Amino acid sequence: MERETRLVQGNQAIAEGAIYAGARFYAGYPITPSSEIAEECSKLLPKVGGVYMQMEDEIASIAAMVGASLAGAKSFTATSGPGFSLMQENLGLAVMGEVPCVIINVQRAGPSTGLATKPAQSDVMQVRWGRHGDQSIIALSPATVEECFTLTVKAFNFAEKYRVPVVLAADEIVAHMRENLSYPAPGELEIVDRKKPSVSPEEYKPFLPEDDDIAPLAAYGSEYVFHVTSSMHGYDGYSNNNPANAEWRVAQLHRKIERYRDEIVMTKTFDTEDMDILLIAFGATTRAARAAALQAREMGIKAGVLQLLTIWPFPDKEIAALGPRIKTVVVPEMNYSGQVAGEVQRVLGPNIEIRRVNRYNGTIITPKDILKVINKE
Amino acid sequence: MKDKYEIIMAGSGGQGLVSCGIILAEAAIIEGQNAVQTQSYGIASRGGFSKSEVVISRNEIIFQQVQEPDVVLALTEQAMEMYATIESKIPVFYDTTLLKTRVGDNLYGYPFTELASKLGHVGTANIIALGAMVTKTDMVQIESLAQALKRRFSGKVAEMNIKALNTGVKLVKNNN
Amino acid sequence: MTHATGLKYLKNGCLPLMWCPGCGHGITLGNMLRAFEELDFTNENTVVVTGIGCWGKADDYLVTNALHTTHGRALAFATGVKAYNPKLNVVVLMGDGDGVTIGGNHFIHAARRNIDLTAIIVNNYNYGMTGGQVSATTPSDRRTSTTVYGNPERELDVCALAEAAGANYVARGTVYHGWDLKNLIKEGLSKKGFSLVEVVSPCPTHFGRNNNMKVAVKMLNWLKEKGVTKEKYAQLTDSQKDGYFIIGKLVDRDAPDYNTRYEEIRARAMGS
Repeated sequence: MERETRLVQGNQAIAEGAIYAGARFYAGYPITPSSEIAEECSKLLPKVGGVYMQMEDEIASIAAMVGASLAGAKSFTATSGPGFSLMQENLGLAVMGEVPCVIINVQRAGPSTGLATKPAQSDVMQVRWGRHGDQSIIALSPATVEECFTLTVKAFNFAEKYRVPVVLAADEIVAHMRENLSYPAPGELEIVDRKKPSVSPEEYKPFLPEDDDIAPLAAYGSEYVFHVTSSMHGYDGYSNNNPANAEWRVAQLHRKIERYRDEIVMTKTFDTEDMDILLIAFGATTRAARAAALQAREMGIKAGVLQLLTIWPFPDKEIAALGPRIKTVVVPEMNYSGQVAGEVQRVLGPNIEIRRVNRYNGTIITPKDILKVINKE
Repeated sequence: MKDKYEIIMAGSGGQGLVSCGIILAEAAIIEGQNAVQTQSYGIASRGGFSKSEVVISRNEIIFQQVQEPDVVLALTEQAMEMYATIESKIPVFYDTTLLKTRVGDNLYGYPFTELASKLGHVGTANIIALGAMVTKTDMVQIESLAQALKRRFSGKVAEMNIKALNTGVKLVKNNN
Repeated sequence: MTHATGLKYLKNGCLPLMWCPGCGHGITLGNMLRAFEELDFTNENTVVVTGIGCWGKADDYLVTNALHTTHGRALAFATGVKAYNPKLNVVVLMGDGDGVTIGGNHFIHAARRNIDLTAIIVNNYNYGMTGGQVSATTPSDRRTSTTVYGNPERELDVCALAEAAGANYVARGTVYHGWDLKNLIKEGLSKKGFSLVEVVSPCPTHFGRNNNMKVAVKMLNWLKEKGVTKEKYAQLTDSQKDGYFIIGKLVDRDAPDYNTRYEEIRARAMGS
């Protein structure tokens, strides 16, 4: 089937990608710069028999999303900085209850209300560690409108396959830019649905993993009756405070992501074969990094780029593999503290020079900004 | 015709700069080119400095924003101050109905708003400007712009916008 | 005729329940389950959503579908369940701290949406699980572990809030008036749209100890005396009304529920 090409905004591509992936429930609360996702969903979901709900706040939005997912829907929500902060507690419940769902966080400049209409990439650590209690999370970050679509589909696939919440950490730049998107035809991209129980209803235990480390998930209203709780629980979903059980459960929440780490971690490389200097970038900043690397090559500096499509789990292996080829890494990111640069340093160790390019005033990082740091002797 | 064009349209919120950028980007896509449209805006829906950028290219557009503009449209004094002094002497189009007239080889002042109200709707001033800019630079075919307008609008509104587009085309052609 | 026991919804081996001696939660749970049985609810078509607090632990004893959520948010989770699958009976169990203090916003909006949930809010006048701290329903001037000299704030009337926000069904019962309570819950469960049943059940361990109702019998006698019908309450003079509260059905309306309205709107969208 021939692909249709249109000028599409990133937020719209996210909404359309979600519906392509099979999402049939959205609950959200308006917030700049993610509101267009809600608007698109309110238009598109009823037409495909789905449910769009505007809730009273972000806490309720993520809660309703979790409820709908347990009733059998592929469900999602979208928000930005302040709303993402409000969602943290119930995101923790989604982790604990192993509820498949997708949370879109269109990052904007903080702290607090900050620069409400301006871009940032300052929630990298919040995405990873924002909730109390030790837990793992999968997070993806798009750089183009096409990636807004395809990574949203991936996010749903990961959520469904591993029974986890997945965060799409977009940013205001990619969310609001319009770009030509060539739509994948129906059936062209792989769509994954959650694994259903194969045992009898009497035998079903909603938190008993099979050999693949994933427990099948029934839906409320089916012949399978089940308990889900935010509390520590056993295989049967009922509260269980036994230390051995707690130890197994917490490890299991990490283990299933660790086991599938190689499927989850996605990166792209550009001109890394003969490079002397490596740029590591994610989200919209990838585009400035790639432009800077090309301009550096014109000036005789062999620069390569590693784009992190998956930011959590962190692409340790992929970064470490490129380490021996270079002495210097440049990490441009729209935050003050170098949230990704710190991770890169952790992976590569103290003997590699990490040059940080940080911007945290609501304006974008340009290729010129990065080039200046590449050229620094 | 170049492989890549970078366009800045600046003014204030509510002047239709974003939709103007969208029409231009859609025209480029109709021709099979790549296009990216971005914008920066404040918290007000109307008023306040607003900027719409478009990058058009036959190749992959790597950086999404304008680095060296090929053409600028300025619809407020503030926008004009920012871009009229660009040393590279790229064409800067501005609205003489709204702004004071300036002298310069690369400055193209036309009464877009006045012409638009003569056509029947001041809201078409940006389309007149688009017609003029595209005629000057050959970024896309006028026919593609007309097609993009027809996709976006229907009936009388489409007709008026096509009229506005042609008005813009004539402005530049008659002056050359 | 045999009476419903509700035992089929109760988890094997969970008796005695972990609630304190004298606590009314067991009475409420029993009456709720008897109402389930009389209405032929099945474990498959029922989802009990609970919040955090003593009453929020009720799902531990049930073999229906259940979702034990975060503090104050049970109604929002339940909203997602019901909005996606309108065929389910969704019952939401919360205390006064959970349901209308931390969760007040969700309570207002669930009632405003008139979504077909039945909220059973057990009002024990304090935060029992955390040690008897003051809540939004603790009567003014009463002593709790965080109002040791008396509560300076006013109490919230949960039923009045539900009525103002648009609930289709509002009723108040007590754990003394058990038979009536079962019927009120049954009516709430049968009603399409948002239903609230407030169950007055002072916490003997904390609120009772601080307010002269440490012995459960005293609490029950207090409920028996102070909980009066609408008609009786109307006969009291203003000065007599102090300390008394109305029990029974307070609101019964038939405004269209959320799912019905959503279906209509969705049909419009699919037709266009």
